[in-house]
Amino acid sequence: MALTTIGSVGGGPARSITEGLTKRGIDARSKIVEGLLITSLGVSLLILVVLVVDIVQRSWPVWTNRPGDFIRDGLNSSTLDSAGVWSAMKGTVILAVIVGIVAFPLGIACAVYLEEYATKSRFAQWTRVNVRNLAGVPSIVYGLLGLGIFVKALNGLGNPAADLQGNGFVLFRYVGNVLHWFSGNNGRNIFAGGLALSALVLPIVVITASEALRAVPRSIREGAFGVGATQWETVRHHVLPAAAPGILTGTVLSLARATGEAAPLLLVGAVTGTLITGNKGFVEQMSGPFTALPVAIFSYARQAGDDWRAVTGAAALVLLVLVLIMNGFAIALRNRYDRKW
Amino acid sequence: MTESGDSMNTTSETAAAPTGPMFDLQTPEERESVSDGTVVFQTRDLAVFYGDFKAVREVDLDIRQNEITAFIGPSGCGKSTVLRCFDRMNDLIEGARVEGQISYHGLDLYGPDVDAVEVRRRIGMVFQKPNPFPKSIYDNLAFGPRLNGVKKKAELDGIIENSLKRAALWDEVKDRLNASAMGLSGGQQQRLCIARCVAVEPEVILMDEPCSALDPIATARIEELMQEIKNDFTIVIVTHNMQQAARVSDRTAFFTTEVNPESDRRTGRLVEYASTSKIFSNPSDERTEAYVTGRFG
Repeated sequence: MALTTIGSVGGGPARSITEGLTKRGIDARSKIVEGLLITSLGVSLLILVVLVVDIVQRSWPVWTNRPGDFIRDGLNSSTLDSAGVWSAMKGTVILAVIVGIVAFPLGIACAVYLEEYATKSRFAQWTRVNVRNLAGVPSIVYGLLGLGIFVKALNGLGNPAADLQGNGFVLFRYVGNVLHWFSGNNGRNIFAGGLALSALVLPIVVITASEALRAVPRSIREGAFGVGATQWETVRHHVLPAAAPGILTGTVLSLARATGEAAPLLLVGAVTGTLITGNKGFVEQMSGPFTALPVAIFSYARQAGDDWRAVTGAAALVLLVLVLIMNGFAIALRNRYDRKW
Repeated sequence: MTESGDSMNTTSETAAAPTGPMFDLQTPEERESVSDGTVVFQTRDLAVFYGDFKAVREVDLDIRQNEITAFIGPSGCGKSTVLRCFDRMNDLIEGARVEGQISYHGLDLYGPDVDAVEVRRRIGMVFQKPNPFPKSIYDNLAFGPRLNGVKKKAELDGIIENSLKRAALWDEVKDRLNASAMGLSGGQQQRLCIARCVAVEPEVILMDEPCSALDPIATARIEELMQEIKNDFTIVIVTHNMQQAARVSDRTAFFTTEVNPESDRRTGRLVEYASTSKIFSNPSDERTEAYVTGRFG
């Protein structure tokens, strides 16, 4: 289209310009796409809202009648009036700590090796693919792993523990006591549960930490190498601090995932019926039978009647709040260490 | 650096006024009198590969002490690749391989007993994009000396002040050493990177297009700075800017690319290496002449 007449000053734009630049009806396709996108968002939000409202509503009787007792009472799926979440909450917190101690350092170390040391080797690429596959393995399979390996191994510690406890040396006796602790309840203790959950989230930790490390610009590494830093000095002083927010976010999110899992804990032998920890000592509790919030939810959900439904909902709400606190923590960390480069 | 403001203005005018004489050269007498100082780096028949790809070949260079040597040439001619051999930065790239000779004061840089980390402590590098660490100005500068075992606060403070002064940055940042280096302007960041380099007292400073991300005024400051520190350091600079090479360097190496007829891939090679005045006024090779007069590249 040859524009021979251009609007003259004061005479307004030429017709060709006016016609070319004014709207021609409604762009229907764009409107439809926009509508679909909004609907998708609405449906997703609705599911979440319905879920929360339902849980709150369902658990309302518990919060109005005996909120304090519900929190303070142990797991009890036979007597309604003394059903609570205290032992399960403690179990979940201890499990989270074990996962934090076992899975995080291990997973971050794996990621540092894969991203900083092995970079492009065949081995690293092959490992990366397989770590991704591992992240997709169903949680119940990790429960089998926990039962077959961790429970057995922890139980196996019982005999050497007894030998050492009978030893004359004080130091050996101490070691014996610790081993005995780990072997409590024939290995079906909270350590087995914590290890199973650690195995479950390990691939997720590796993947998120790898991504955080990969997001650190190459220029930072070059800067450090440029002044004569070794590989480790570069990683320790520059790459890890720069990747820290991403790594933290990923690990806290994987912790939230771990605390929500019931299946592996059930296989490892978490208590589903009744577990009142009451005034038992710490060590006794740790080496004895254990339970956790998802397991408590499972236990209560199996009981019939509206009252038990309320208890189930209340336990679910406690877990939800715990997980939300963890996620909030992750978001706060990310915002706080907002990285700039 | 008391008169840095004034001198900065004068240089930036020349930088921003390409309409005058094409190159801001010193008189031929001044430039022809490049002394034959100690050879710091010597390369003979140097070639660098990335995997199967030959990035650059046939590089024969003598880099001399306390001189500024400029590498110029079109994109992909291998000038940065060669520069990155001098401090073994290419080691960090998977599949990079060096053939031929490259020596530092007569020592084979790629010899089996040579530690690349030690090499980089003696041969510093300033990168194309300013890359301060996302930390405080102080920590940026303290990192290198700390690696070298400087622990006393007073000693560290002294090194940092001295390095910042040499990089002409002290007056601008002395009151906010604990502020993030990311808050500095691009030009300040690049001078910080030079200061960071200077803080470990290297013998050589390699600069890989240090001004390509900077505006003309910041560029002029860096160029001025190079002249000031050249008495203490040997400088090798890769630049896309021919005028910059002409302004700052004592010697210039011109690289170009050649298409390999078999693989149809481009390989860089050194065409001519001589005093800067000769390269820009009376080059021996017609490709050099075509490039410096702007007929190609």
